[in-house]
Amino acid sequence: MKSVRRTKIAPDAPTLGRTASMHSLRSANGDDNNGGGGEDWLPPKVLLKPAGQLQLTETELNEELTRILNANNPHAPQNIARFNHRERVFKASPNVDHLVVHFEFDGYMSYKNVDESSAPAPVKDSVAVVEPPSGEAGTATEEAGTPTPAAEAGKDGGEGLEEKAKEEEQKKPKGPLRNQFNFSERASQTINNPFRERWTNTEPPPQRTLSDTVNQWSIYDAYVEDQLQKEKAKAKAPAGGAGAKGLKDEDKNILPTETHTEDVYYKNTDLRRALIIIERMANQNTFDEIAQDYKYYEDASDDLTPSKGSLLPLWKFLCEKEKRKQVTALSWNSRFSDFFTVGYGSYDFSNQGPGMVAGFTLKNPSYPEFLYVTDSGVMSLDFHPQHHSMIAVGLYDGSVAVYSMQEKSDAPLFKSAPKAGKHTDPVWQVSWQKDDLDGNANFFSISTDGRVTQWTLLKTELNHTDVIKLRLEMQSPQEIEGSIDDGQLFSLAGGSCFDFHKQLDHLFVVGTEEGKIFKCSKEYNNQYLLSFEGHQMSVYAVRYNHFHHNVFISASADWTVKLWDHDEDKPIMSFDLNSSVGDIAWAPYSSTVFAAATADGKVCVFDLAENKYEPISEQQVVRKAKLTHISFNPFEPVLLVGDDKGQVISLKLSPNLRKKNKSGDDEATKLKNIILIARGQSPTD
Amino acid sequence: MSLPKDSITKDYTDVEATLSRITSHTGVQGIVIATHEGSVIRSTLDNIQTQQISTLVTQLAARGKSVVRDLDPEDDLTFLRIRSRKNEIMVAETKQYLLITIQNPNELQKGWI
Repeated sequence: MKSVRRTKIAPDAPTLGRTASMHSLRSANGDDNNGGGGEDWLPPKVLLKPAGQLQLTETELNEELTRILNANNPHAPQNIARFNHRERVFKASPNVDHLVVHFEFDGYMSYKNVDESSAPAPVKDSVAVVEPPSGEAGTATEEAGTPTPAAEAGKDGGEGLEEKAKEEEQKKPKGPLRNQFNFSERASQTINNPFRERWTNTEPPPQRTLSDTVNQWSIYDAYVEDQLQKEKAKAKAPAGGAGAKGLKDEDKNILPTETHTEDVYYKNTDLRRALIIIERMANQNTFDEIAQDYKYYEDASDDLTPSKGSLLPLWKFLCEKEKRKQVTALSWNSRFSDFFTVGYGSYDFSNQGPGMVAGFTLKNPSYPEFLYVTDSGVMSLDFHPQHHSMIAVGLYDGSVAVYSMQEKSDAPLFKSAPKAGKHTDPVWQVSWQKDDLDGNANFFSISTDGRVTQWTLLKTELNHTDVIKLRLEMQSPQEIEGSIDDGQLFSLAGGSCFDFHKQLDHLFVVGTEEGKIFKCSKEYNNQYLLSFEGHQMSVYAVRYNHFHHNVFISASADWTVKLWDHDEDKPIMSFDLNSSVGDIAWAPYSSTVFAAATADGKVCVFDLAENKYEPISEQQVVRKAKLTHISFNPFEPVLLVGDDKGQVISLKLSPNLRKKNKSGDDEATKLKNIILIARGQSPTD
Repeated sequence: MSLPKDSITKDYTDVEATLSRITSHTGVQGIVIATHEGSVIRSTLDNIQTQQISTLVTQLAARGKSVVRDLDPEDDLTFLRIRSRKNEIMVAETKQYLLITIQNPNELQKGWI
C-alpha cells in the first residue's frame, strides 16, 4: 500500500501562488527560460521583489498572523439551491459535501492461479486517502473552473491514474475475493461417548461330567427307544382331541406304578418267573445225575436178556404238605412232556379230608408248580387233550370241578352245584371227550351211585346230562319202567371206571364194583350193548388199546388183568399178578405193551409180543405201600406210578420195554395176530 | 376292595415261599435280589457277603450282558451260571432285578437216596 501525501505550501498571496505554479509549469515542460527559474528548488540567492510590492517594516514582517485549519471545503458552494418539486420552490440545501477525495488506489495483486472471473473476488484492496482539503489546496488542485497548465498537467497525471484505476476496476472480479491470509481452519469434534464396562458375576451353571462307553447295543437300544416314542407320538396325534382327558388318565396310570416299583419286588412277574427258573436250576444241580440218567442211561443188560426189561427209578415227587394223602389220580399233560398233575385224596372211607391237585414238572421234583386245595378228597382228574390248561377233577363227595391253570386264582373255574346232578358217591373217573357240536368242552364222570354223567362247560355254568344209569340186571325196557321207585336205586351198579372207544364216540365200557363190565352207548341209555363177565371183584380200570380199537384191558381187585375184545363177552387173555391191581395203562408207543400197578408195590410191564404169560418186567418200586395209579408219558419213555403214601415215582423204561414193531407191521395187526394166536387160530398176514 | 389286597399278600407269600424253598434247597447258600445298579432289594445272606456279591456279581452280569448284546443287539442275557470249584453262582436277569443264587452242587449227593 502506498500513500502519497502531497504537501503544498499555501502561498500567502495569490501572486505567490502564481509564481509557484509557474515554477512547476516550467519544470514540468522542461523548458527553463528563466535563468533563475530553473533553480526553483535551490535556495534563492537573489530575492526578487516585484515593483509594486508593499514594503513592510521589520515589525510588520515579524507580526504573526494566526490562521486556523478546518475540515470545511473552502470551495464547496455554500449556497446551493435546488428546486424542490414537491413545494415547487427553490430551496437552499443546507448540507454541503465537504468530502474531497485526493487520492484513490486499488490494489492490483491477485492470485496467480485463480481465474479471477470465476474465483470469488478478493477483498477490495484499495486505499483511499481522504483528506479534508484546506481552502487553498482545494483551489490549487480541484478548481475545475480555472484550468491552468499546471492544473492541466496535474489533471493529466490524475487522469492517467484514474484510467489505470478504472482498468484495474474492470479487471477486478465482481465478488469479493477471499483473503487467503485470513484463512482459519475450524474443526469441531462431537462428543465421544465415554466407554463403560459393566460386568456381573452370575452363579456358575452346574457342571456335570458325563462319560459313557458307547457300544453297539446301547446305540441299538437308543434307536429302538426312539422308534417306540415316535410310534407313541404317532398314535397319540390322531387322538389329539381327547388329549386332556387321556393325559389325565395316563398320569393316573403312571403314577402308582412308578411309586410301587421300588419296594414291591414280589409283584414283578419277571422276577417271579426268574425265581421259578432258579428253583429249577437248583434242582437240576441237585438231581443232575438223575437228569443224566433220564436223558442218556440205557440199561446195558437189556442186550443180554432180550426178553426182559427193567425200570430205572428217576425222580420222586412228594408233596410235603400232604404226606398222608394217597395218590388217587395221575394225568400227564398232553402238550408238555414234563408236566403232569397228581390228585391227592384217600380211598379210606374213615380217613377223608380235603384233597389236593398238584401240578408237577420233571424239572422240579421238590415242589409242585401249582397246588389246588379242594374241599373233599380228589378221586380222579384228567387233562383236557386240546385245552392244555384245563383239568377236570372228580371229588370224593361226588362233585366235579374244572380248574384252569391260566386262572390266577386257586378257585375252580367250574364246580358242580350240590343240587344240579351232583353224584352222591365218589367220582371214580373223569374223562374229557371231544367238544360237542356247539364247541363246548365236555367231560364224563362215573360214580358208584351208578350214574355216568356228561358235563358240558357253558359260559357260566356246568351243565349235566345223565348218560346212563347202571343197573345190575337190565333185561328188558318194560321191566325198568315198572320199577322206577326205590327198587331202582338199590339195583344200581356202582360204576368205578370207564373208557371211551377211541374211534366211536358214543361207545364206552364201564367197569363196576361188582366186577362186571358193560359196554354202553350214549344212544341207548336203558340198555347195555354187552356185558362182560369175568372179574369177581371190583374193576379198577378199563382201557381201550390205542391201536387196536376193539380191544380193551381191565384191571381188578381180584389180582387179575384181562384182555377183552369188546364184541366178545369172554376175556381173550387173563394175567394173574398175585395182588390187587390198582391201575393199568397201555403204552402209547406199542399196541402190545401195557403196565400194571399192583397193591404189593410192583410194577409189571407186559409186552404181549414178547411174552403172553409173564410180564417182561416185574419190579418192586415201593415197599410197604400200595401202588394206586400208573400212567405212561405220551412222549418220553417214562412211567409214573403213584402209591398210597402220597408219593409219585417216575421210572424210565429200559429199551426192551419200549420196543416198537420189529417186523414193520402195523401196530394194530400185531396185536390182532397175538389175539388170534391166543384164540388158537392162525394169524392172518 | 379287599381283593387286590389279597392278591398282593398272595403275591408276597408266594414269592417268599419260593424264596424260602430255594434257600432251604440242598446246597443253596443264599439268594440276593439286587437291582442292576447293585443295590440290594432282598437277601438271605449276611451283610458282608451280600455286599460283596451284589457289587461284584452285578458288575459281571453287566459285563456279560454287554458281551451278549455286542454280539447281537437284539439278543439279551437271561441267565448266567458260573461254576466254581466250590459253588455255582446262578444269576437270573430280569428287566429290573438280578436274582443271584449261590449253590454248592457238591453238597447234594448225601441228600439224595
